[in-house]
Amino acid sequence: MKTMAKQGSQVAVPFDPSWKSLLECAALEVFEMMAGVRLEISPPSTEEPRGEQTAMVGMAGALCGMTTLRCTRATSAKFASLLLGGDAASDPSTAQDALGELCNMVAGNFKGKVSNLADHCMLSVPTVITGEDYSMSIGEPSEGVTVGLTFNGEPIWISLIIHS
Amino acid sequence: MKKLKVLIVDDSAVMRKIIERALRQAGLELTEVLEAGNGAEALVEVLKGGLDMILSDINMPVMDGLEFLKNLATLDAAKGVPVVMITTEGSEARVVEALSAGAKGYLRKPFTPEQVKERVTPLLGGGL
Repeated sequence: MKTMAKQGSQVAVPFDPSWKSLLECAALEVFEMMAGVRLEISPPSTEEPRGEQTAMVGMAGALCGMTTLRCTRATSAKFASLLLGGDAASDPSTAQDALGELCNMVAGNFKGKVSNLADHCMLSVPTVITGEDYSMSIGEPSEGVTVGLTFNGEPIWISLIIHS
Repeated sequence: MKKLKVLIVDDSAVMRKIIERALRQAGLELTEVLEAGNGAEALVEVLKGGLDMILSDINMPVMDGLEFLKNLATLDAAKGVPVVMITTEGSEARVVEALSAGAKGYLRKPFTPEQVKERVTPLLGGGL
């Protein structure tokens, strides 16, 4: 059994590979409840996440790292329409903000599913990057899980990257 | 069903729109929807009077939802106006603190229109 280590005044929650299923569940719930869409779980793949839109939410406290949500610009626009209705997707900044809020809700829903995390891990406001040519680093050592999902056949990747 | 004037308080403009849409999908008839980006801005709107309900985020810059609730309790204009807190954090402690500070209910994101209806409708007619 894993034990929790003390990090300053916070009790650090150690990374657990089983969080992949919790992250998957958190994402499916958010998209179904908020946008009314049922995402499909992609079969395991070695494919790297891609897409021009990446939303990120930082996590600090008992767990330090970030949750990211990556998809194409077209998929992001569809999510904005589903969340906000009407022509929300016609404004690119609205579509980006909507993706950021989805990422924020996935991160919040995930941490609510991990014992000792809900009350001891804070989330940052979302940030959204546009573009594909970038790499992300949160400092070593790090661990993480990535969940591959699809919406109408279009891929979506949700990652949890933890500074361990 | 009574037509409602509501105030939605959240630092995310998109989230304010999502909440408004969820209220409408839940079957509430909204005549006027006021928005504020934090607790301090929200207090200005509350002082104008005439609100039927306030929905507020907890984590916000400038003045967070808990501080907003404490200030609200001192205002005559807020008497009888139910406040529903909305949070992403999943933190029981924050919810308990909000309820102790005068919130009449809470919604945890993600939520469905049905959950909004269940949590919000019974509060119309009650208040701080």
